[in-house]
Parts: sequence; structure tokens; C-alpha cells
Amino acid sequence: MFAHEFVRNAYLAGTFVALACGVIGWLVVLRGQVFAGDALSHVAFVGAIGAAVLGVDVRIGLFVLTLATAAGLGLLGPRARADDVVIGTALAWILGLGALLLALLAASAAGASGITTANALFGSIYSLSRSGSWLAAGIAAAVTVAVLGAARPLLLSTVDPELAVLRGLPVSLLGLGFLAALAVVTAESTQAVGALLVLGLIAAPAGAARALTARPYRALALSGGLAVGAMWGGLALSYAVSGLPPSSAVIGLAAATYAVCAALGRRRRSDRAGERIRTRPG
Amino acid sequence: MNPVLKPDLITDVRELLQFGFMVNALAAGTIVAVLAAVVGWFVVLRRQAFAAHTLSVMAFPGAAGASLIGIPVALGYYVACLLAAAVVGPTANPRQRWVGSESATIGTVQTVGLAAGFLFLSLNQALLGEPDSLLFGTFLGITHGQVLILLAIALASIAALAVVGRPLRFVTVDRELARASGVPVRRVEAIFVLVLTLAVAATSQITGALLVFALLVAPPACALRITSRPLPGLLLSITLALIIVWLGLALAYFTVYPAGFYVTTLAMGLFVLTRVVWR
Repeated sequence: MFAHEFVRNAYLAGTFVALACGVIGWLVVLRGQVFAGDALSHVAFVGAIGAAVLGVDVRIGLFVLTLATAAGLGLLGPRARADDVVIGTALAWILGLGALLLALLAASAAGASGITTANALFGSIYSLSRSGSWLAAGIAAAVTVAVLGAARPLLLSTVDPELAVLRGLPVSLLGLGFLAALAVVTAESTQAVGALLVLGLIAAPAGAARALTARPYRALALSGGLAVGAMWGGLALSYAVSGLPPSSAVIGLAAATYAVCAALGRRRRSDRAGERIRTRPG
Repeated sequence: MNPVLKPDLITDVRELLQFGFMVNALAAGTIVAVLAAVVGWFVVLRRQAFAAHTLSVMAFPGAAGASLIGIPVALGYYVACLLAAAVVGPTANPRQRWVGSESATIGTVQTVGLAAGFLFLSLNQALLGEPDSLLFGTFLGITHGQVLILLAIALASIAALAVVGRPLRFVTVDRELARASGVPVRRVEAIFVLVLTLAVAATSQITGALLVFALLVAPPACALRITSRPLPGLLLSITLALIIVWLGLALAYFTVYPAGFYVTTLAMGLFVLTRVVWR
């Protein structure tokens, strides 16, 4: 299997993207920002179409629009946590802009080829080039390191914002920075491995880790590990089974892991509750 | 001949209603606006926008799965939406949602739906019409029959909400107190998720996932910012949604740009305006 270059590229990019998604995802879920991540991955597509309309490099459109949206969502919400109504309205509007841009693009001379370029950007993980996979891996690794470095203040500002303010932490700035990190990962991974994989690996492994343990650092490691595991397993599965798209295999594995972990976590919690009732005196 | 906007409003309206497809489009748009504004008022109150978005995305796996096994696309859509609602529904507890893992569950359901859609497409080896018509919808080619079905679903949904509306508000504002007062909390929440599913599935088949989402969130959010009283709020929400849809469709008719753009832009404009005026 590893004799093929496209498999090696997929594993290289996939491992680091999964690690970044798993680590960031745990904080995203803790902060209740899965919807924001979802919105950013839709926005990335509109950015690419916009760049095609303006005739600039598609990556510029991708990064500019996702970062701008992240900043906008951060500034609109209290302490850089926009509520879901703001996210929903902004998301619908940006997709509406996408509809306009598609119409503009279809009418312009570069029309069909522009749409193909934009579409091709959202390629499958198995069509990555050597340099593309190194770039995706590098960006994902850098963001992972940055988020891990800021994990402690981020955690405090998430769990107890009042205390964080008292300690002199820049809570809003941390929130904005976190959204920006999410935007960078989304923009880069969306065009490297597809928007679907990014959102799935942000939500499912984090949910699984939260179901199993409440300890932050253990959960952080678990979430990253489960994401990488789902990526490795899913890639191997889709290589073995023809007709199974890699994204579907990875998401399927990640979701199944979440379902199992949620069931385990619920049983453990009800066991503990049962013990408490049994050991209650009198 | 391209339609031209004239300063005379009556001529403009007459021109708008000249063709059957446009009459159907306006009728469907009106029904969708009322339904989305009413259901959306509860969506915004209960902070379930992410769940609603996930349900509207189920258009893709529903359509892809239906064309794979050869059943009507609309049926596949309802099945996919109901399956997603069965998982998303029980997470609906507004007070606890953002501290728990519920948003992770909703996000996972959404990606599983999309991943299943890709799998069906790949198994089918076929292309699924126009992917953007799923998202952005097309107001052209709505038949009279579709308008009637939409009307029936809208009436049923609003009737159901008229019955559970009061207890649902109670449950949303204070779940524990509602439970203690003997409100069947779970049943009320389940009925609401069912109504939401029907509303989203029925409308986004015709208008696309995007339009229904703009109408489901922005007008009720504006109304709730202006007043928290239910009846004036609902009426205001309906009025705003109707203005958005009628203006959006008319603008799309008289220009070359898509209705989705106008509707979402008008929605966003109203939303920002109310945020600025009613701080």
C-alpha cells in the first residue's frame, strides 16, 4: 500500500491535519463553537469562487475570506464567542454571496474554467501532490503547536472567563486568536483534504474524548489520538474497499468511535450514580 | 424580452404576475416565509440554529440515496431528515447545550450525512443534477401541485405549533419548572423537532437549503430583539420574512442575479439594522 506515492502523501497530510483537528476540536467543542467551524468550512468555498471571479490566486481568496469571517464572528460575540443566531445569519449571507459570485462567474469569459478551478481545489485527499501534502502537514503542525502552547490560558478563559479576566488574561484576544487558528486550519485543510473531513474530525473525536474523561490534558491527547486513528484506519479502509471514498470511510470510523464512547461514558456515569445511591448512609 | 423595472409600481406588479411560473414561485415563497418565520421564532428562542442547519443539509444524502435505490427524491429527503432528527432531537436542551458535547453530536450527524451522500454518489457512479440547486434552490419550475403540498405541510406544522406552542415556550424558558408543573417535556420537544424537520424538508426541496435557513433565523432573530412577547413577535417575524421574500423574488425577476443572493442579503441587512437600532 505504501509503495504508492499518493498513499504516502495522503498519510503525511492526513496525520497532521487529523492531529490539528482533534486537538483544536476538543477546545472547539468545549467552547461550543462547532457551528462556527462548520460555517468557516462553507465560507472557504465562497472565498475560492470569489478569487476566481477577481482573477487572483484561489488560495488568497480562501484564506482572506475565512480569516475575515473568523474575525467578524469574534468581534460580533461577547468575549469572541458569537452566538448561533449571528453565525447562522452570517453563514446564510455569505453563501448567498456565493450564489451571486457563481452567477457572475458563469456569465464571465473565464466562467466554466474558473468553476472547475474552484471545484478542483476541494479535491480528495488521494489526489494531493508531494509539495501540497508537505504544505498541509506543515501548516497543521504549526497550528497544533501554537494551540497547545496557549492551551492553559485558553482552557481557563473557556471554563471560567471571569476568573481569567481577574488573572489579567486577554480573554477576547485569546478567543479571536483561537478563531483565527481554526480559520487557518479550515482554509488549508479544506482545499487539501476536503471540508467534510475537517468538520468531522473537529466534532467527532472531541465528542468521544469528552464522553470518556473530564480531565483536560488527557482528553486533549485522547481527542488528537482518536482523530489520527480514524484518519489512518479510514484511509486504509478506502484503499482496500474500492468505491468507498476516503472521506466517507474516515468520517464513518470517527462517528462510530464517538457512538461507542458516548455509550461507554453514559454507562460509566450511571454506574457511578448507582454507587452513590447505594453508599448513601441510612 | 428582458423585464424592465419601471417607476410605476402597478405595472411592475402586473408584469411580475404575467407568467404562471412566477405566480407559483411567489405563492411558494409566501408559504415558506410564513412557515419559516413561525417555526424559526421557536428555533431562535431555543438556540437550535445549528440543528436546523444540519437538518437542511440532509438534502444532499437524501437526494443521493434516493437516486441510488430508485425512490422519489422527495421521499429520500424526508427519510434522511427524520433519521438526522432522531439523533439531533434528544440533544435539544437549550440550557445545557453549549456546556456539553451536544454541538459535537450535531456536527458529527451533519458530517455523517454528507459522507453518506458522497458514498451513495460514488456507488451510483452518477452525477447528481446540479449541486448548487440543492443549496440555492430554484424558484423556476415550481408546479401547482408542489404549492398545494407545501400549503398542506405548512398548515399542519402551524396547527401543531398552535397546540404545543405555549408549553414549548414554558419548556424553553425553564425546563425544570415545566417538568415540575407536569408538562410532558420530552414529548413537547419531540413534537417540535418533528415540526422543524417537516418545515425544513418541505421548504428546502423547493427553495434550497440556503433560502430556508436565511428565513428561519434572521427574521425571528430581529423580531425577538424588538419584542419578546409571543404574538407581536410572531407577527413581526412573519411580516419581515414576507418582505424579504417578496422583495428578493421581485429583484431576482427584474435583474440577472439569483434570488438566493437577494434574499440572504436583505435578511442580513435587516438583522444588522435591528442589532444597531435596538442595542
